[in-house]
Amino acid sequence: MPIWLQFIIQALFSFFATAAFALCINVPRRALIPCGWSGLLGWMVYWVLWQLGSGRMLANTAGAVILAFSGVLFARRYKMPAIIFNIPGLFPLVPGATAYQAVRELVLGDIDASMRLVVRVTLVAGSIAVGFMIAQLFGEFYSRYLRSSWQFRQRP
Amino acid sequence: MEIQRQVGTYMERVMDACILAGRLMIANGSEMYRVEDTMRRIAQNAGIEHPVIFTTPTGIFVGLQDRPLTSLGTVDQRVLNIEKISRVNNLSRLFAAQQIDFDQLYAALRDVDRATPTFPLWLQCVGAAVASALLMIIFSGQYDWLDMPLAALAGTGGYLVAYYLGRFTRVYFITQTVAALAVGIIAYVGILLGLGHSIDNILIGGVMPLVPGVALTTSIRDLLAGDLLSGIARGVEAILSAVAIGVGIALIFRFLIPWA
Repeated sequence: MPIWLQFIIQALFSFFATAAFALCINVPRRALIPCGWSGLLGWMVYWVLWQLGSGRMLANTAGAVILAFSGVLFARRYKMPAIIFNIPGLFPLVPGATAYQAVRELVLGDIDASMRLVVRVTLVAGSIAVGFMIAQLFGEFYSRYLRSSWQFRQRP
Repeated sequence: MEIQRQVGTYMERVMDACILAGRLMIANGSEMYRVEDTMRRIAQNAGIEHPVIFTTPTGIFVGLQDRPLTSLGTVDQRVLNIEKISRVNNLSRLFAAQQIDFDQLYAALRDVDRATPTFPLWLQCVGAAVASALLMIIFSGQYDWLDMPLAALAGTGGYLVAYYLGRFTRVYFITQTVAALAVGIIAYVGILLGLGHSIDNILIGGVMPLVPGVALTTSIRDLLAGDLLSGIARGVEAILSAVAIGVGIALIFRFLIPWA
C-alpha cells in the first residue's frame, strides 16, 4: 500500500475513531467534531514522526504537545474547557491496548514479553504526560508575556 | 448572635457547594489540579478568602483557615463523563462572572447529576463499534479490512456487557473481567465461523472501549503535577482494570484455544 494512501487512511480513521469514542464518554454534542480533529492532529503527528524513524517517546511527546495546543485553541473557539477536547483526543495515543497485552502475556506465562510491554506502557504514558506539561508551561509563559506587554503599553 | 448563626450556615452551604462541585468533577474523570482550582474559585467568589482544600480520588476535605469548620465528601465511583465536567466548569465560570448568584449555583450543582443528558445506548454502542473497528486498523497497521466487522461486533458486545453489569455491581474488577471475557468469546466464535483472520488484532480492537489508557495517562499527569496521592490511587485503579481485562482475555486463550 502506498504511503500517501496509508496517510489518508490513518487520518480518516483516527478522526472517526476519536469522535466515536467521544460518544461513549458523553462529550457535549457540539464538541464532537472538534474532538475528532484533535484526535486526528495528535495521532497524525505521532504517526508521521514514527514513520520518519523517531523514537516512540519523542513521537508521543510531540503528539501530546500538539494535542494540548489544539485543545487550547478549540477551547477559545468554542468557549468550553480544554479538557473536553483533550480526553477524547488522547484516546488513539494512550497505551491502553499495550497495558492489556502486558497483563495477557504475564498470565499466559511469557514474563519477558510482559516486562517489555510494561516498560513500554510506562514510557509512553510518561511521555504523553510530559508533552502536556510542556504545552502547559508554554501556555503559562505566553499568558505572562501577554500580561507583561499589556502592562508595558499601559505605562506612560 | 442571630447574624453569627446565619453567617455560619452560609459558610456551611458554600463549603457544601464546593464539595458537590469537586465530587462531580472527580467522579467524572477530571484531573486533580483542575478540581482544586474550580473548588477554590467557587469558595473565593462566594466570599471565603482562604479555603483549605485537599482532594483525593476517593474523598474531599474542605476547611477554613480561620474558623473551626471542616466538611468532608466521599467519591465512590469514577467513570468518564465529559458533559458533567463541562457543566460544573460552566457554572463556576458563570458564578465568577456574577451572572448567577450563589443560590442559583448551589441549586444547579445539585441538579447536574439528574439533569445532564446522555447519548442513547444505541448511539453509544455505535460509537464503541466504530472506535473498535477503526482503532484495530490504525494500531495493527496491517489494513486487514475483513476483520473490521468482527472487531466492531466484539467491541459492542464488551461495551454492552460492561454497561449492564455496571448497573448490578459496583465491583469494577468483575465488570471488566466479564466484559473482556465476552469480547474474547465473540472474537473466538467469529473466527471459528470464518468471519476474521487474526484473533490478536480483533481482540485489541474489541477491548479498546474498555482499556484504561486515559486513566493511566491522567495518573502520571497527577504525579508530575505533584498530586502524589491522587496519582498513585488513580494509577492503581488503572492497573487493576488492565489486569482485569488481561485476565478475562487470557482465560479465553487458556481454556478455549488449546482445544481448538
